Amino acid sequence: MQKMKLVVVGNGMAGMRVVEELLKIAPDIYDITVFGDEPYPNYNRIMLSPVLANEQTINDIILNTREWYAEHNITLHTSARVNKIDRKNRVVTAEGGTSAEYDRLLLATGSKPFMLPIEGANLKGVIGYRDIKDTNDMIETAKKYKHAVVIGGGLLGLEAANGLKIQGMDVTVIHRNEWLLERQLDKSAGKMLQKSLEAKGLKFQLKQNTKALFGKDGRVTTIHFTDGSSLPAELVVMAIGIRPNFALAESAGIHCDKGIVVNDTMQTYDPRVYAVGECVAHRGISYGLVAPLFEMAKVCATHLANFGIGLYKGSVTSTKLKVTGIDLFSAGDFSGGEGTEEIVLHDAVGGVYKKLVIQDDKIIGAVLYGDTADGAWYFQMLRDGKAIHEIRDNLMFGQDSLGNTGHQGQDKAAAMTNEMEVCGCNGVCKGTIVKAIQDQGLFTIDDVKKQTKAGSSCGSCVGLVEQILASTLGGGYAPPSTSKSICGCSDKNHEEVREEIRKNKHLNIPDAMRGMAWRTPNGCASCRPALNYYLLSTWPHEAVDDPQSRFINERVHANIQKDGTYSVIPRMYGGVTTPDQLRKIADVADKYAVPMVKVTGGQRIDLLGVKKEDLVGMWKDLDMPSGYAYAKGIRTVKTCVGSEFCRFGTQNSTQMGIDIEKAFDHMWAPHKVKFAVSGCPRNCAESGIKDVGIIGVDSGWEIYVGGNGGIKTEVAQFLCKVKTHDEVLEYSGAFIQIYREEARYLDRTVHWIERVGLEYVKQRVLEDAEGRKAAYERLLYALQGAVNPWAERVENREKHKEFETITI
Amino acid sequence: MMQWIKIAPFDEIPKLGARVVRTKDIDIGVFRTEDDRIFAINNSCPHKGGPLSQGIVYGDKVACPLHSWKISLVDGRAEEPDEGETACFNTKIEDGFVYLELK
Repeated sequence: MQKMKLVVVGNGMAGMRVVEELLKIAPDIYDITVFGDEPYPNYNRIMLSPVLANEQTINDIILNTREWYAEHNITLHTSARVNKIDRKNRVVTAEGGTSAEYDRLLLATGSKPFMLPIEGANLKGVIGYRDIKDTNDMIETAKKYKHAVVIGGGLLGLEAANGLKIQGMDVTVIHRNEWLLERQLDKSAGKMLQKSLEAKGLKFQLKQNTKALFGKDGRVTTIHFTDGSSLPAELVVMAIGIRPNFALAESAGIHCDKGIVVNDTMQTYDPRVYAVGECVAHRGISYGLVAPLFEMAKVCATHLANFGIGLYKGSVTSTKLKVTGIDLFSAGDFSGGEGTEEIVLHDAVGGVYKKLVIQDDKIIGAVLYGDTADGAWYFQMLRDGKAIHEIRDNLMFGQDSLGNTGHQGQDKAAAMTNEMEVCGCNGVCKGTIVKAIQDQGLFTIDDVKKQTKAGSSCGSCVGLVEQILASTLGGGYAPPSTSKSICGCSDKNHEEVREEIRKNKHLNIPDAMRGMAWRTPNGCASCRPALNYYLLSTWPHEAVDDPQSRFINERVHANIQKDGTYSVIPRMYGGVTTPDQLRKIADVADKYAVPMVKVTGGQRIDLLGVKKEDLVGMWKDLDMPSGYAYAKGIRTVKTCVGSEFCRFGTQNSTQMGIDIEKAFDHMWAPHKVKFAVSGCPRNCAESGIKDVGIIGVDSGWEIYVGGNGGIKTEVAQFLCKVKTHDEVLEYSGAFIQIYREEARYLDRTVHWIERVGLEYVKQRVLEDAEGRKAAYERLLYALQGAVNPWAERVENREKHKEFETITI
Repeated sequence: MMQWIKIAPFDEIPKLGARVVRTKDIDIGVFRTEDDRIFAINNSCPHKGGPLSQGIVYGDKVACPLHSWKISLVDGRAEEPDEGETACFNTKIEDGFVYLELK
């Protein structure tokens, strides 16, 4: 089949991001031609400031080399400014006559620096700050001349001023407003910033307006202000803003309104023509930061690939200033005003200022100066619209004040040296991550995980990795919304997938994938287990369980070990066993020469080092139920001795544990679920760090939820106190059922509660008595008729051929 | 000399699954994809020797059960950024039986 032709006008970060996304999902449908007016391949424009500040070189910031274009069969025309689009014949033509036909056209013409229309603006030495050429101009000018004036005290202006100072020039920043960065900072933070920059040697003239530029022999020499004063200036950098560059689109008759107007699929009024990046006006807004461009690119690529999914609905942006040694962060609406509340922390001597603006129990804006470690965290809550009343008391003191201590107690990336280990699972140091972000042009947590492995195993260091990413990228960083897509195979997030399965009554994976237009024929190792769980938990007794979409442990009902052997852990309800059981276990261990017999953390006996082909035989000889020690599901109910024997015991915790474990046996869940029952507040069964922890007191039972003794120790929160044995089952069962129905696959209870809030859980389980009873009933229904999987395997040995090795 | 060795009936290799063939030297994982193609690779992940036959099969890849490296069934290579490869063997299906080409 003849490939379609895609022409991209604009060889910058937005356009090429679309091409990269497109190559990932549909590499073969287009012949691609790219026009760029600069002489370079695609480079990382947001890293121009570090180049000017001698922290990086041009080569460091190239994102796609010429070889990359060649490898992907992309025709690249550099130094080729397109000046004509013939929409009738579908041809674009560049200066010099190079032309290309298109079936689809992508406009990514970016923006232009806004130049003050004043006298002398066209003199030599008067420039904007936009590209490599401008940067080189500045570096060259600094070698010959002394005085630089930067007009504009915004992000770009300050970064330019800082760089020029480092290049050895005497730099003055002219700013119209009363304080710097007025769009990012409030007055207090702006003044603190000014002080820090003055300490670096920069000079400022605030509330100052430029009148004209005068020159000699065609080159600028002096800048004059409206108050009658003037300054010497051999270099004038105008950094007062950017304007979408839409002249080309407009000349071709494509509808523009302060930018190329696009819909939520990034399509212009001409359906063959798409546009992304700084040149567009989406819902009336043009963005000048990189993060929204990437969100647009992703959406645009899916439409160019004919998947027809994904909508761009605008972005909330945050900014950071890339001036080494100065930390500031701002996001959202931080100006406050009627109906808003402010929390402010101001330490003028220590150089720290933090302001959070809150409306209707949600963060709507944040300004951080001096200590920005929690910027990403606040921004995440802002984007997700998270209710904050539960953590409000500690909000200002940062994420670590919530008892979230991080790896080795280290939670401030900025305080770490390059040699310090960030990811303990994969042995990745901070320096390695920073280098990968800079050298390979990484922008997202997923990129960093993929390229460095940091944060890709247990996940406990992801917060740190995120801080490193945010501080390395500056304004380029946008934290992912927590409602991200399920995996690369679909754009739908977990909640949407669940809803579709419920609404359309999907009962098997192929059907669900077809119904939701999955991109891959049979998913991947991430989405298939999730889908399988969602089907089973939504439609118990009806959905088809797909063993091949389960992780090996659940497929063979045993735990795989590092050498490919398995461990076998039989059920011992409540951790209670008998001499007979122990004898049987001992005999089996002898018969199969089990290398190690160990008592587990959950009060069970583990037979380790079992060969796969011995599993079924062992299960038959044991004749005990599976302990589900391998499952995303109910693991164990740990118990203490309780009132039967213990002199302190107030309740029969052992029997309660046995009853819970029997009632909820065979239960699958989004992740593992651990219970504990203690017979008195001494809490010997460690109920405080379990998904559901129950503590017997003289007058009844206390129920705690969301504890976790794993990667990060999380103390369970008090849910309620009940009187009777049956109430314990009903309340804890309802809690677990709602978690089963609403949490994302691989969420532990603590993660789910963190997202929905304990208040929500209380409302569902405590206040809504009917809902609680119904949820408990649904759980019991789902578990009805469940069988011991080991016995089933023993009985149907023939059906499970995959256990047998073929020897030749 | 290489020769074709009869392994098992095609139907006894599970779809999106695998069987293990034990030779005198190594274990070989014999995989079947969704579209009924058969692949054979050394049953040992280039990372830490995990038994690839136990992983989740999708497209023409398998995710190692130990640390989730993604290994191509076609050429035995690990998906980037991981590096490494495991040996591949030729297979054929004749009269409903799977054959492996071995020494």
